[in-house]
Amino acid sequence: MDHALVVGLHLLHAMASLALVSVGLAVIFGMLRVINFAHGEFLMVGGYAFVLSAGAGLNLWVAMLVVAPAAVGALGFLVERFVIRHLHGDIIATILATWGLSLFLIGLAATVLGYHQQGVAPPFGTVQFGSYSIGIYTFFVMIVAIVTIVSLFVWLRWSRSGLLVRGAMQDPELAAALGADTRRLRTAMFVLGSALSGLAGAVLAPLAGVLPEIGATYVVKAFITVISGGATALTGTTLAAALFGFTSQAAAFLSRPVVGEVALLIVAIVLLRLLPTGITGRYFRKAL
Amino acid sequence: MLTRRTFIEGTAATAAISMLGRQTRADDPISVGAIYDLSGPLQGFGDNQWRCAKLAIDQVNEAGGLLGRQLEVKLYDAQSDMQFYNQFANQLALRDRVAVVQGGLTSSSREVIRPILHRLDTLYVYNTNYEGGVCDRNFFATGATPGIYVDLLLQAAADRWGKRVYVLAADYNYGQISAQWIRKAAQSLGGEVVGEEFFPLDVNQFGATISRIQAAEPDVVLNVFVGPAHEAFYGQWASAGMNQRIPMMSTTFGGTSEIVRMPPEVVNGIMVIGSYYESLDNAFNQAWLPEFRRRYGTDYGYLTDVPIKDWYGWTLWAEAVRQAGTTERDAVIEALETGISVDGPGGPVSVDPATHHCFMDTHLAEARDGEFRILQRYQGVAPTNPAAQCDLQARPDTNTMFTPDI
Repeated sequence: MDHALVVGLHLLHAMASLALVSVGLAVIFGMLRVINFAHGEFLMVGGYAFVLSAGAGLNLWVAMLVVAPAAVGALGFLVERFVIRHLHGDIIATILATWGLSLFLIGLAATVLGYHQQGVAPPFGTVQFGSYSIGIYTFFVMIVAIVTIVSLFVWLRWSRSGLLVRGAMQDPELAAALGADTRRLRTAMFVLGSALSGLAGAVLAPLAGVLPEIGATYVVKAFITVISGGATALTGTTLAAALFGFTSQAAAFLSRPVVGEVALLIVAIVLLRLLPTGITGRYFRKAL
Repeated sequence: MLTRRTFIEGTAATAAISMLGRQTRADDPISVGAIYDLSGPLQGFGDNQWRCAKLAIDQVNEAGGLLGRQLEVKLYDAQSDMQFYNQFANQLALRDRVAVVQGGLTSSSREVIRPILHRLDTLYVYNTNYEGGVCDRNFFATGATPGIYVDLLLQAAADRWGKRVYVLAADYNYGQISAQWIRKAAQSLGGEVVGEEFFPLDVNQFGATISRIQAAEPDVVLNVFVGPAHEAFYGQWASAGMNQRIPMMSTTFGGTSEIVRMPPEVVNGIMVIGSYYESLDNAFNQAWLPEFRRRYGTDYGYLTDVPIKDWYGWTLWAEAVRQAGTTERDAVIEALETGISVDGPGGPVSVDPATHHCFMDTHLAEARDGEFRILQRYQGVAPTNPAAQCDLQARPDTNTMFTPDI
């Protein structure tokens, strides 16, 4: 019984962290169609922003929930303003530019920040279930994931600015003809996606550590998740994160960690073979 | 007009010049080669390796050089890329014609350059802990091999906590071979491996593993983690409160300054083994470490086993050249094979003529508040050489990599 409960919680945690890792990319790639190869490095920068400001004595939660998203949001603004905007529509150039940006950010972190910044221990204590124990921080990760996704959903669905954003993503020309400033909207969305990546990097930092190369651990899974999610980015990414997080962690429980990694890829391949346009290409098409 | 006299003079002069070109002058510098990963994913290792290597080379030069000649190091950054190892090893041997090549970190990098340097008759010294077993007359290793480490660690665990061990290891040859050694060591102690898991290098979710360990309730967990993704384990282990419940040992923890990077409340108590920690209180280290910091500042992280061995590698080679009186490869190999010994920050290190690996002091230590606290010293630990597979004195033509017959 205890075991089933603990397994269930670990499954939820795996889904939540995959969703967190992917949600920024869901905005940037899923909605804006910008292939951001530096996504993993955005998470890394968020982690560093959190670790450095917490290390400098700032309140832990301010560092995690405010400073990290703000720092990566600002980075996103610069990147959009000086790079992405000028390559709008040119997929190959965008891939090359963001890949270069990824290498640049890794190199910058390695030379300027280095490998010797002290991390932050997971806050809170543990809860005990029989002979099993689970960190309370695990629940915190789930809560952050849920709050992030729900508030994004609510904002897009019911607010005027959300409507504007959806319109501009769906039909930029019509939106522009009706007076929406689509360029500014694109910048704003890129900044939002970056800030969400920064948040994810900071929230996961106590459990994953922060190193210049840490982005590589995330970027592939995030892309697989968003692509498999399909056309309606937010719902699709959430569903895909749940599916992949569940599959890989369940396989890791039943067998070995390497099987978990393989299971994730197999499910993704089969899924895209059956539903080439992603989950929301067929189901939940009216969703966001 | 060309007379017989001017012709003879001309030819003699040309001959003299070409003679000069062929002979190295007595005060020409000695070229030596170094390949380290100074960028890319392995930079965290490579930077300190090169600092230690450079310290040894600079110390030789500041003391007047070798055989009255300065060392001139040709340094290449392999960028954590095996293709560059291939290219630079060839360049060092063929173009730069160096007297020795040192460097490399991963086993794959070593196996890229070792055959090249063997074929081109250029001495190679490799200074990293690795899975052991290389047996090649042209090759010397100053790093430790896992056989010794796991024997001593499991003995220490048995003395303190018990003999039921759970093994977590990186899923490639180093982790797999280490796990074999652990199984063997546990058996010979009358203990038991109650669980064994291997992780691809990009796995950073350990929830399933942690709950399996909770179910198995081992006396101790022994890990052979490698790389940035695996570092995530320690945070998750501490988050579940397990660092207070089950002791953790590692053969790899500390190699990339984890002790500086990770909060004390996460890593305190992790027991490790290695030939060097900054906290060693021997007289040599008391002078050596301040010298290192004087040259490089204090923003280098924390030195353990791996980078220090590059200091030993270069110092051992220089000592062998002094003894041989030449940089010529065969003479230097013979000098090294006399069981040559140098003192250093981790204690004396001496070459084992049969395996070309080294005897070295080894220390049991424990992570405590950003430091390693030394618990015990084992003097002059021998390199592992199961069933005397490798004997380069009896069979100098051997050129192979033995896998332990366990």
